[in-house]
Amino acid sequence: MTGSNFFTRKITGIFLFMCLSLSLACSGQPMGESNGSQGGNSKLTGAGSTFVKPMMDKWTNEFGKLYPSVKIDYSGGGSGAGIKAIQNQTSDFGASDAAMSDDELKQAKGGEIVHIPVVLGAVVLTYNLKEVTEPLKLTPEIIADIYLGKIKKWNDEKIKKENPNAALLASDITPVFRADGSGTSDVFTDFLSKTVPEWKEKVGRTKNPQLPQGVGIGGKGNEGVMGQVKNTPNTIGYVELTFAKANNLPTALVKNAAENFVEATSETVSSAAAGMTAKMPEDLRYEITNAEGADAYPISGMVYILAYKDQKDTVKGKNLADFLWWAIHDGEKYVKELHYAPLPAELVKKTEAKINSLSNGGKSLRP
Amino acid sequence: MAKTGTTGDKIFRTVLLIAVSIIPLIVAAIIYMMVQNSLPTLQRFGVGFLTGREWIPAQETFGALPFIYGTIVSSVIALIISVPLSLGIAIFLVEQAPKNLAKPISFMVELLAAIPSVVYGLWGIFVLAPFVRDYLGAFLQKYLGFLPLFQGRLTGIGMLTGGIILALMIIPILTAVVRDVLEVVPVTQREAALALGATKWETTKVVLGNAASGIAGAVVLGLGRAIGETMAVTMVIGNSPQISASVFEPAYTIASVLAANFADATEKIYLSALIEMGLVLFFVTFAVNALAKLLIIGVSRRNGVAKA
Repeated sequence: MTGSNFFTRKITGIFLFMCLSLSLACSGQPMGESNGSQGGNSKLTGAGSTFVKPMMDKWTNEFGKLYPSVKIDYSGGGSGAGIKAIQNQTSDFGASDAAMSDDELKQAKGGEIVHIPVVLGAVVLTYNLKEVTEPLKLTPEIIADIYLGKIKKWNDEKIKKENPNAALLASDITPVFRADGSGTSDVFTDFLSKTVPEWKEKVGRTKNPQLPQGVGIGGKGNEGVMGQVKNTPNTIGYVELTFAKANNLPTALVKNAAENFVEATSETVSSAAAGMTAKMPEDLRYEITNAEGADAYPISGMVYILAYKDQKDTVKGKNLADFLWWAIHDGEKYVKELHYAPLPAELVKKTEAKINSLSNGGKSLRP
Repeated sequence: MAKTGTTGDKIFRTVLLIAVSIIPLIVAAIIYMMVQNSLPTLQRFGVGFLTGREWIPAQETFGALPFIYGTIVSSVIALIISVPLSLGIAIFLVEQAPKNLAKPISFMVELLAAIPSVVYGLWGIFVLAPFVRDYLGAFLQKYLGFLPLFQGRLTGIGMLTGGIILALMIIPILTAVVRDVLEVVPVTQREAALALGATKWETTKVVLGNAASGIAGAVVLGLGRAIGETMAVTMVIGNSPQISASVFEPAYTIASVLAANFADATEKIYLSALIEMGLVLFFVTFAVNALAKLLIIGVSRRNGVAKA
């Protein structure tokens, strides 16, 4: 099964390559012809995070309208796939919801990799409880206890204490988790590891969380978790905010480090990043979960574009740098309508420096 | 004529030989690739990989037992449901149905085979899972709830739903093959039985006895598809690696865990564990197929037809 899949992919790959070389050969336009501020004709390919896919699709589409000579193909595949693709140089850039580990950076075949944050997102807890009309309030401890199988009923004292007015029944809770390795799980488990010692010890921060046996059901992808929650009463699941909004599902208010219950919105996610920007190390690999700040949404994450510092192809490198620059400035206006959050001003400055550090043979690619 | 005939035969023979040798070559190449790539876990865990019950990638603990269990049990549930159904459909189509009814029904069965598995999965989440939760499961729990098989939390997502989806997916292939097998049983057999005064039911038994080895082939084909199915099962089985007596509890199959995690596995040891799972799937399929064949041979022997 895996074998045949791999094989078809390979054949498709060869076929695509043939089409590409044909179209390049027949387009009649000389390579590298300049168009406005752009580096010229080229096709950039990217892979990675499925969470950022709707955003990337919007951006590449709008960018393509402005600069028709630059084609950008973003294929998704998951954060892990994005990391693999950039390590093995099978695509021009990767995208990941989690920063690459030192180990992963060492396996990169093209030298130093730069992490460029482009957008922020929130992981929300969504639930299927018909009787509950007001958003539920959840503390990190309640979330951890539910996912560890310690809180089994919706009318548990701990939940009732935070939600005295909610119509909570004595029904069994079914937690839904991500069955596939995912950046969403990474952000979610990172938050719980920072806030609940027992979670840190039993599950820890991981892209592949394993709950105690018999607790919960697993869905594949954000849409898989979404489907289970939407169709099964008394479930709770964690998904990216975009998916909950698109499906009109309720999202819980989560208690943050300042002890406030905060709803996940573009503003509260941006404010989580704003509170943490000063603490970020030079390479910007940092988690913004459980951020300080009165209105910071605690389960927030950054999406990074991963690219080699030394771009082998000048035209492609310049186009990539221009695209990223455009995305965090002019492209920012599309962020909120898709329920992502823009980078706070302080972080934009740091990101600009990262984009400007992309170079070809030591020469910067941006003017 | 004779001369060209012999060279022609030689060429023909060579072409056939090449065609045939490709199969063992592919099998050998796949096994080689999988063993090669799963060496890290093969060396580290040995047999413990097969008997371990814990699967915690973050802690580099890999035990395949819950997945092997899930794969076999979901496939067996699928067979229990689909074999009698498919046999019934095929017998009806060949032995009983009038021509103007057999044609459209055959067509519909073949149509079912053409539905992509992700559509089965979606249908499973939106229609089958609620049905299992609210009606089938509730019914089983009410009347047979004293059995451990039907106890526990009823979410509609779990082993039973996975098995039912698999059953629906293999019914078309089972039915189509069994129908074709029944059709080639010589008409003289039926006429002879009828002439001896056999009823329709007795005639059908004679026909089935003659078709036993073909039916065995159909079951093995269906089983193969059930064991290797990924997408639809992943969407309804709950993807939780555990061994539970209850068919309402979530489970996980080998093919599902591969499909869900292969693209995203970046750590070497995790990738190795997943590839070893592929190897395990390979041998599970082999063993289950062999077992099914032996079983059916036994059955056809007992029926007095020893040609399987």
